[in-house]
Amino acid sequence: MLRLGLGAAVGVVLLVLPFWVPSTWQNLLISTFYYAYLGQAWNILGGYAGQLSLGHAAFFAIGAYTSAVLATQYAVSPWLGMFAGAALAALLSLGIGYLGFRFGLRGFYFILLTLAVAEICRLIALHLPILGGYTGLFINFSPNPWQFQFRGKIPYYFIALGFLCAGSGLVWLIQRSKLGVYLVAIREDEDASEALGVDTFRYKMLAYAVSAALTALGGTFYAYFQFYLQPNTVLNINHSVDIMIRPIVGGSGTILGPVLGSLLLELLGEFSRTTFASGTAGLSVVIYGALLIIVVLFLPRGVYPTLAHRLRRAGRIRP
Amino acid sequence: MTLYLQAIINGLLVGGVYSLMALGLSLIFGVMRVINFAHGDMMVWGMYLTYWLFAAAGVDPYLSILVTGSVVFLLGAAVQKGLVNRILDAPHEMQILLMLGVALVLENTALMVWGPDPRRVSTGYALSTFWLGPLVFDIPRVATFGLALALALGLYLFLKKTDLGRMIRAASDNQVGALLVGTDILKVFTLAFGIGAACVGAAGSLMTPFLPFSPSTGIFFTVTSFNIVIIGGMGSLLGAFVGGLLVGVSESLGAVVLVPSLKEIVSFVLLVLILLFRPQGLLGSSR
Repeated sequence: MLRLGLGAAVGVVLLVLPFWVPSTWQNLLISTFYYAYLGQAWNILGGYAGQLSLGHAAFFAIGAYTSAVLATQYAVSPWLGMFAGAALAALLSLGIGYLGFRFGLRGFYFILLTLAVAEICRLIALHLPILGGYTGLFINFSPNPWQFQFRGKIPYYFIALGFLCAGSGLVWLIQRSKLGVYLVAIREDEDASEALGVDTFRYKMLAYAVSAALTALGGTFYAYFQFYLQPNTVLNINHSVDIMIRPIVGGSGTILGPVLGSLLLELLGEFSRTTFASGTAGLSVVIYGALLIIVVLFLPRGVYPTLAHRLRRAGRIRP
Repeated sequence: MTLYLQAIINGLLVGGVYSLMALGLSLIFGVMRVINFAHGDMMVWGMYLTYWLFAAAGVDPYLSILVTGSVVFLLGAAVQKGLVNRILDAPHEMQILLMLGVALVLENTALMVWGPDPRRVSTGYALSTFWLGPLVFDIPRVATFGLALALALGLYLFLKKTDLGRMIRAASDNQVGALLVGTDILKVFTLAFGIGAACVGAAGSLMTPFLPFSPSTGIFFTVTSFNIVIIGGMGSLLGAFVGGLLVGVSESLGAVVLVPSLKEIVSFVLLVLILLFRPQGLLGSSR
């Protein structure tokens, strides 16, 4: 009952919030939802299945570029193009997964395989004329909902929120299903789950494909929110890092982890940007990096698991 | 033909210093199982210290490895002692996150202190060369190669012949065993990270005579070090050494065969092939 009331209250606040806050806060909220969504997508593979990927920028870029090229060159609405991008990203993930998992790559080796593939994608994208090369790809602004282009921030706010809710809902379903149990088993002890008859290869592939496809959908949102795509930004390692740090900070392998991580990092980032923006170039990022280190040192299991543990203990002590 | 031969020689000469850089990463990973995402940024710090010593006091870059090696040693030891030692039993991804935070701090502190523009150390001998038949040799590159080789050999002898070196190898081979025989494992960790960092700091100094650098150079060298260590074989010192030469040559050949801006793709493709067909690396023992 309490939970339902709390959920309803949060829902109402989220629905009216964008109309009340100034535009900088709208941007902050959109960014929070959007990175929480990407984190949720990463979470399926990295959090639940325990296969850390440092190359999700590749899937993101495939989604962004596919829908943008389909819309600008072939007049296909991004609302349809995004699914083409998701399919392509899933295909690439299956290719990487097939090779990597077949050969039993785990841990650090898998991280580097994903990183290398993303870097190869970046170098290829820089040399593909249709993607604009070093200049990048511009999307002309022509406000039309069917073209995924809107005036003002509020439509983007609700789309990002919708993405996050849908993504989190999917993760919730996965967590409750047999698949979720299998994935956690693989994360905790791959050999043991294999011995118990879990087809680890198949479920890792499935987790990878779903994670990649969702990430690609997020890429489409980015393309039509920024209207500009450049391989050195969208396919940068730092972008893969951006996607993965939020769920890790929040607590990977939990539904609320990516959301809390995204909120915390967005606030920390905004705090260091606004407080130290007038200082020397780089100072705000130094502060951001230092805050990241502090979070790791004081919450080494992630925000949500630590918080949940505290709350449970508090609940036990209170009669 | 001469073109390719020349490319191979240039690649080998740069590869020597790549090897030194990768040896540092391999040592850090081998002992602590920590992926040093700040590796390239530590190198950039070595480069800027060299620049600073050169500009302020006219210290030759090759001489400044003594200073950069020691300073970056302290930096690495401080990171291990102050940060990594505190979260040894946290989930693996948290260590990654921590090192990413360190990388952000180091890169952007360099940005604050020295600004975003590329710097170079212009020594008197920067452009001097000698010929050997039809092939041209850059004197700075040859000197860098020789010194990198000497430092790598020094590290090898240290690890094989001294007690401290044996302690480090013991901790790398079998942590519990090392603990059981009374090794102060936290101290060994601090020392190992320091030495690994000193390698990359010195490698930074050695590259300054022929390579312009800026704060954002770091991430590129971090990734290159990862590549080399995987290609050569994780935890294998000889592997890191051979891997460095191989990546140097493959990038140099890639720049000739493909367009120069695509040269890195060769080492990434090499990495993917190694990961798929010989994931323990060229010279690594099977996991």
